[in-house]
Amino acid sequence: MADPSDKSGYLVTEKLVKKFDEAVAVDEVSLSIDQGEIFALLGSSGCGKSTLLRMLAGFESPTSGRIMLGGQDVAGLPPYERPINMMFQSYALFPHLDIWENVAFGLKREGLPRVEVKQRVGEMLDLVQLGAYSKRKPHQLSGGQQQRVALARSLAKRPKLLLLDEPLGALDKKLREQTQFELVNIIEKVGVTCVMVTHDQEEAMTMANRIAVMSKGRVLQVGSPEDVYEHPKNRFVADFIGNVNMFDGRLTLDEVDRCAATTGIGVIHVGHGVSGSLNMPLAIAVRPEKIEISKQRPDITMNIFTGQVKEIAYFGSYNTYIVQASDGTKVKIMEANTSRQELSDITWEDQVYFWWGDRSAIVLRD
Amino acid sequence: MARSAFPMPGKRFVIGVPYVWLFIFFFLPFLILFYISFVDMGSDISPFKPIWDTTTGVLKLKYENYGSIFRTGADGALFKTLYIEAYFRSIWYAFCTAVLCLLIGYPFAYFIARSKPGIRPALLMMVMLPFWTSFLLRVYAWKGILADQGIVNQLLMGLGITSEPKQMLYTNVSMLIGMTYVYLPFMVLPLYANLVKMDFRLLEAAYDLGASPFKAFWLVTVPLSKAGIIAGFMLVFIPALGEFVIPSLLGGPENVMIGRVVWDEMFTSNNWPRATALAVVMIGLIIVPLAIYYHYSGDAADNKK
Repeated sequence: MADPSDKSGYLVTEKLVKKFDEAVAVDEVSLSIDQGEIFALLGSSGCGKSTLLRMLAGFESPTSGRIMLGGQDVAGLPPYERPINMMFQSYALFPHLDIWENVAFGLKREGLPRVEVKQRVGEMLDLVQLGAYSKRKPHQLSGGQQQRVALARSLAKRPKLLLLDEPLGALDKKLREQTQFELVNIIEKVGVTCVMVTHDQEEAMTMANRIAVMSKGRVLQVGSPEDVYEHPKNRFVADFIGNVNMFDGRLTLDEVDRCAATTGIGVIHVGHGVSGSLNMPLAIAVRPEKIEISKQRPDITMNIFTGQVKEIAYFGSYNTYIVQASDGTKVKIMEANTSRQELSDITWEDQVYFWWGDRSAIVLRD
Repeated sequence: MARSAFPMPGKRFVIGVPYVWLFIFFFLPFLILFYISFVDMGSDISPFKPIWDTTTGVLKLKYENYGSIFRTGADGALFKTLYIEAYFRSIWYAFCTAVLCLLIGYPFAYFIARSKPGIRPALLMMVMLPFWTSFLLRVYAWKGILADQGIVNQLLMGLGITSEPKQMLYTNVSMLIGMTYVYLPFMVLPLYANLVKMDFRLLEAAYDLGASPFKAFWLVTVPLSKAGIIAGFMLVFIPALGEFVIPSLLGGPENVMIGRVVWDEMFTSNNWPRATALAVVMIGLIIVPLAIYYHYSGDAADNKK
């Protein structure tokens, strides 16, 4: 037996592949998820994240590869024999059963004694604060309440693994933000290991401990939200998570603690070294909020460029500027609206300076 | 729903036409039927007498037309008449037909509803295809199949299962086969219409929660298709109850259905008042299950959004 205090590698997928005819939906995905972790599969539609989730649930059988849950290979088990429960995107609440019966459905299938079913349904409904609604039918509840019933139903069997398919996808924006935290609180209270699927990076970043960014059936990067945001491994991840300015160029200086690349807008200095040869093509990624903008030239010599303001968008809490550099490259700059005066003097067609620190940029090699 | 601010004459017209049609061709004839069921038998030329006595001008309702359905003679035992027997027989066989149609039609409809959307129209067409040939022709075809020298008997004898032809035609079995065959589409179509709307993700949710495929079907699919089951059941049961042609052509001579009884009273005994009374009672028999159906279909509508 494995050491019970070792929570790592609770759910492991080994080179999981799913092909539909010849189309590869999931391509050799190997993940290791810790016990009690909230893990997000993030990607745009068609990236294979839903197929991966459906394989974990048992609705799709993998073409090859293994799914190990707590040391047991579950890939061959039908969904109704897996200790895994799923909260569906559409919630899939049974419309002919009331809330109580919906939550009790899974427990009754286990053949638990009536008293225990009653007690556990009660616990679950209390957990999601819907005890007063047990006799209602699903269509008599609001979207947010239905979502909580779906959560209660999927937690009622005390699964080893909870799957969330676009958990907030069916809610409107305002409710989503509030529900995110509620959902995480409940999951952490129960302590269940959780894999969620989402296309919304904000949702993934607020809810998950770790994120796997997927594209075309492959996992491109796994890491904490800070990790994938601040240290994306490649262009796709940098571009997919948040906003980014990408400057293509060639490596012209490579030292231990710094390097520089010549790009369209000029030479960009980066405060760390890269392992590569001079002149190799690469891209420098800079997040819009890390760029400063001003009409006055600051006392800085590195990574400072000039351009003309083409667009200004006011978002309330921050402003977005699109500045065209001398070579025509358009650079997106975001400035927080911290004071009422400072930025307001910049307007359309103004000549401005923009700059960033040498630790703000990321070198991307592919 | 809020009442429209602008009255739409077109709407009234569209709703009005079928109502006028039903009033003239269903309700008025029914009133005539109802009227005849309360008068005296007439002669060959005029099969029933007016409700009032022409000489005295006194209104006279003849309840005996109904009374004779329920008891033989004035002091006979209640509910022991041939008519009551025929009613119960009709109800029983109509019920059997509906159950058989349900058992055969449900997998059928389920299969079509779960097939790829592209081939569903073709599969539905195959359900409706028999309607393109004459109803009588199809029933006669069953005579050929089930006759002593028919295909089935020849096959059975060819395989050595029986040495001599088994009597299949003119039995209750042949009648049930014919009725089930003819009414099957009336079961399949409403069931299909219901099942095709079902969210099959609900089945996945049931599997996910530990229900085996059979349990999921029984606990989710069947309750959710309740409205379709009831609609199909009624669409088969009600016409089968009054079915006249199929029992006459395929059924045995000893087991008379109520349709046959009405026909005999009308054209053999020339007893129009009794024939109409039998028909009125039958309408009552149909309205009760219909009322149950509407009660439940109202419930089923509640279950949806």
